[in-house]
Amino acid sequence: MIRVQNLSFAYPDGRRALSGIDLEVRAGEKVAVVGPNGAGKSTLFLHLNGILRGQGRVEVGGLAVGERTLRQVRARVGLVFQDPDDQLFSPTVFEDVAFGPLHMGLPPAEVHRRVDRALAAVGMAGYERHMPHHLSIGERKRIAIATVLAMEPQVLVLDEPSSGLDPRARRNLIRLLRDLPMTMLVASHDMRLVWELCPRTVILDGGRLVADGQTADLLQDPGLMEAHGLETPYAPPG
Amino acid sequence: MRGDFLERYIQGTSLVHRLDPRLKLVATLAFVLVATSLPVRAWPAFVLLAFLALGAVLAARIPLGVALRRSSIALPFAGVVALSLPFTRAGQTLWSWPALGLSVTDEGLILFAAVLVKSWLSVLVSGLLIATTPFPQMIQAMRRLRLPGILGSILSFMYRYLFVLVDEAGRLMTARAARSVGRGRTVWWRARVLGRMVGSLFIRSYERSERIYAAMLSRGFGDEIRASHRLAPTSMAQLTWERRDTLSGLLWTALLAGVAAMGWLLFR
Repeated sequence: MIRVQNLSFAYPDGRRALSGIDLEVRAGEKVAVVGPNGAGKSTLFLHLNGILRGQGRVEVGGLAVGERTLRQVRARVGLVFQDPDDQLFSPTVFEDVAFGPLHMGLPPAEVHRRVDRALAAVGMAGYERHMPHHLSIGERKRIAIATVLAMEPQVLVLDEPSSGLDPRARRNLIRLLRDLPMTMLVASHDMRLVWELCPRTVILDGGRLVADGQTADLLQDPGLMEAHGLETPYAPPG
Repeated sequence: MRGDFLERYIQGTSLVHRLDPRLKLVATLAFVLVATSLPVRAWPAFVLLAFLALGAVLAARIPLGVALRRSSIALPFAGVVALSLPFTRAGQTLWSWPALGLSVTDEGLILFAAVLVKSWLSVLVSGLLIATTPFPQMIQAMRRLRLPGILGSILSFMYRYLFVLVDEAGRLMTARAARSVGRGRTVWWRARVLGRMVGSLFIRSYERSERIYAAMLSRGFGDEIRASHRLAPTSMAQLTWERRDTLSGLLWTALLAGVAAMGWLLFR
């Protein structure tokens, strides 16, 4: 479903953010991307829907990410950013969730249907007329996910989904993500969430992919964890 | 400092609250037009306009003190912009400082006062409009009145992120308050800190705008914003024109026209 081949990227000021990343994700897999701050996780994600373009090749569902395929790629890859306020930019919830389908050129009736389905999927049906600043952060994170679900993507990419959430909101989020069937890539510092949600984990450090394997194996290797600024979760879920 | 002060009176049920937003928008614009185009010496007309505006504030059941306090924000801005008027307008000199090469004229002072009053009146009614009309409805009204789509979208963004900005500013001010013991609450110190806060907010907003743009691109934004106003019928309450809108509109027009006529005919 996702194929990244030898991806490298440097910022305009010369800072090398990614070096020779090779990654393959099969359809339906849930993969965690972990690593210290500044490792390049967000940068990598921005390559998956063509917002950043580096050297190397990125393919989504067989489609190479390039100038001419941006529209299709962005309909297939749903990117959920860390701060919901960056993603909820319309005055009402309805307009935000409708933004994606509307810009895909779908007819009004279909847009309505998708908004209803997306809001129901995140448990926020009935919130159409609310304004984002009236909602709690947990609710805003869920709406942000709905804005992306409404485009019915094949891949969901989430950047720090549980940051800033209280235990209850976090638990609701884990439940929600567990029930979604699509391929998923999750960047997170929340090791227990990683363990619960993603059978496979990939470690990024200094712009390089340094490990790729079963979550249980990687997270229980204290040497590996320590070397890359991570920690084994205390009392991992059974 | 929290964002809810913008919406404190939105949930009212007064007549003004229930009027069609299109009427309120046009009525506000008409008032501002009349206020700003009246001759400078038409003082009785200004007084009548003030009564008209304050009458509308009372009809909306908004406390007069609140309206007066909020509208007074216009005065420093208008004052600074019009500061040169008393000194540069030709007329009878009232005071002068030959050493500085400055002199104040009567014409200049009258013009200065008129600018302040006109600004204050305009901000008073605009504030009333905003206080009694939920913003999404206002945008909807603007679109129905043929406002270009891109302007409507820009206004939507502005409204949405005003709350984010206010929250951030609130946090910065709390941080400042937590550190303002012992340093002496001198005006200069606070002004310097305020300046840095404004600069910091500007940079944060700029960086946020880059992230928002990335989010818009991710959801398929190309070069034009497709507004969902065509979907409005089921997603938002319909704008319906009632009899009270016609009557209120006629009354407001009559009063405005009367004041305008009096101002223009008697004080040319």
